[in-house]
Amino acid sequence: MTDRTGREVFLRGVWEENPVLVQILGLCPTLAVTNSVENAIAMALATAFVIVGSSALVSLVKDYIPSQVRMSAYILIIATFVTVVDLIMGAVAPAMSKALGAFVPLIVVNCMILGRAEAFASKNRLLPSILDAVGTAAGFSIALLLMGGVRELLGSGTFLGLQVMPHNWEPWVIMILPPGGFLTLGAILMGMSWWWQRGEKKDEAVKPRRWPHGVRAPEERRPEMVA
Amino acid sequence: MSARGRKGPPGAIGSQPSSLLLVGTLGVLSVVAGIAIVLVHGWAQPRIEAHQAAELRQAIEEVLGEPQRYETRWVVDGKLLDSLPAGVDSSAARPVYAGFAADGHMVGYAVPGQKPGYQDVVKLIFGYDPSTRKVLGMKVLESKETPGLGAKITSDSAFIHGFDGALAPIDGVKHPAQDPHQVDMITGATISSTTVITIINRSLEAVGPALGGAHGGEGP
Amino acid sequence: MGDLTRIFVSAALINNFVLAYFVGLCPFFGVSKKVPTALRMGGAVTFVMVLTASAVSFLNAWVLPVAPYLRLISYIVVIASLVQIVEMVVKKTSPALFRALGIYLPLITTNCAILYLALFQYARGYGFFEGLAFALGAGAGFTLALVLMASIRQRSETASVPAIAREMGLAMIIAASLSMAFMGFAGLLSAGA
Repeated sequence: MTDRTGREVFLRGVWEENPVLVQILGLCPTLAVTNSVENAIAMALATAFVIVGSSALVSLVKDYIPSQVRMSAYILIIATFVTVVDLIMGAVAPAMSKALGAFVPLIVVNCMILGRAEAFASKNRLLPSILDAVGTAAGFSIALLLMGGVRELLGSGTFLGLQVMPHNWEPWVIMILPPGGFLTLGAILMGMSWWWQRGEKKDEAVKPRRWPHGVRAPEERRPEMVA
Repeated sequence: MSARGRKGPPGAIGSQPSSLLLVGTLGVLSVVAGIAIVLVHGWAQPRIEAHQAAELRQAIEEVLGEPQRYETRWVVDGKLLDSLPAGVDSSAARPVYAGFAADGHMVGYAVPGQKPGYQDVVKLIFGYDPSTRKVLGMKVLESKETPGLGAKITSDSAFIHGFDGALAPIDGVKHPAQDPHQVDMITGATISSTTVITIINRSLEAVGPALGGAHGGEGP
Repeated sequence: MGDLTRIFVSAALINNFVLAYFVGLCPFFGVSKKVPTALRMGGAVTFVMVLTASAVSFLNAWVLPVAPYLRLISYIVVIASLVQIVEMVVKKTSPALFRALGIYLPLITTNCAILYLALFQYARGYGFFEGLAFALGAGAGFTLALVLMASIRQRSETASVPAIAREMGLAMIIAASLSMAFMGFAGLLSAGA
């Protein structure tokens, strides 16, 4: 994968291997904090900071970390970045920090981030690793914004707090409640499979789940991957 | 490309590094991480605390009608104390905030309280004047009630201002309130409204006698 | 005792981790294809949750007042170590159980439900027994959601479903209906109060 161009590395994370819409990773924040566009943006920014920072750092220190302890080391690096984001957010944007609540610290266990560190940053030089992380973060942000946009528009009739829907619009409250999260993501995923299956009739209807380069599907994962 | 786990970084292939190296690497990383966190914490913590204090002050000002200053008091075992006595667990004591007007006379107490609502715990703070037994104001601090229904307890100004000047103990009613003990509940949010009223009544049962004034603990 | 029951019921039904708080979704979608595996996963998660809750109440009482900024890192380390220890103990004492749980145990480390439990326990100021009730409730709720999901998915396996809804699409819709059904539990604790 090192022979790919920077553009390819970046775009892969955005679309082809979009962390949420294709790889179905990082579902918890995708569903939990997308009841408004504002929350979605804040979460996307916080996650982007952590993923770019930790990928860059992992790529820099990869040669000095023995492979036996690399998982623990990566988690330590990620947890540090998350703690930093959590503190900065609490200091700079207290309302935002309150709205996202425990989901900021939970960025630590977003498998997407550990996945990029292990599958890409630990095997690539700094620049491609940053590109890969930025691409993944962009893909994650797109998914979050899509979810947040749909849910806020239908559930509150607003976009970023501004009234968009006509006045006599009765908000679909269910959309900003938990079931609405599942419904919206379900609809988006069905749209995605329609897109992938469109015109490729020769393809089997059921596409095997796409895993990023270097990541084994969970059913083949062995216990040794634990930190 | 499914070499995950086996193909480690260069330098680790083929040789089994000593455990000292493993522990050392993690140790160095932990120290660096610790220093980074402590530095950011040192910068951020005062700001976070300032935000929290500002939030509390604003809530107290809202429910006590802009007092000039306030002092924290504690109710422990039915007694009002100026400071938390040593050895008393802060969970066994309830804080109340005494608000003072510019001329130094006490306006009333801001009393925080909480209870499970329709969905999750509702936290609120209300102002209370023990001499007249009147509630001065109410503000919901935290709730996850249903948007559009129960969540109105934080936004419905008619409901919120219904508490201004209401006599404790409060009784929630569905028709226009007639007596000073009565407060109109929100249509479609009966449980959330009752939760707010119950929090106020129970808090007053718990701390009311300690705050002085003419009081009993009788329920609504 | 009323408080403990309240915490248990709230965590298990009203504020179900998976269906209301959206944590632990990876195993919820990943290992909910067969009821027996769902049950085992639920059991393993509940067990680790109870251990975590006890460890966290210890940390909260003794270690973190000294160094509050290490909260997140210490929770992660504790959870990862607990999972590792449980894995080793189970491997030594019961190879059969180890084979049954084998692949699930390590996945629990990156299960956000456990970390959420730890963070929530702190945020709510739960002590040891409250933490225990909370962990048991959260675990029971997680297991219930997982088993319900698995039994519906097992049935829908043979159903004729539009191609675009196979796999995740359908799973999301099932989850949405479950989540809606669980909304009916809201008010359970406040109605009589």
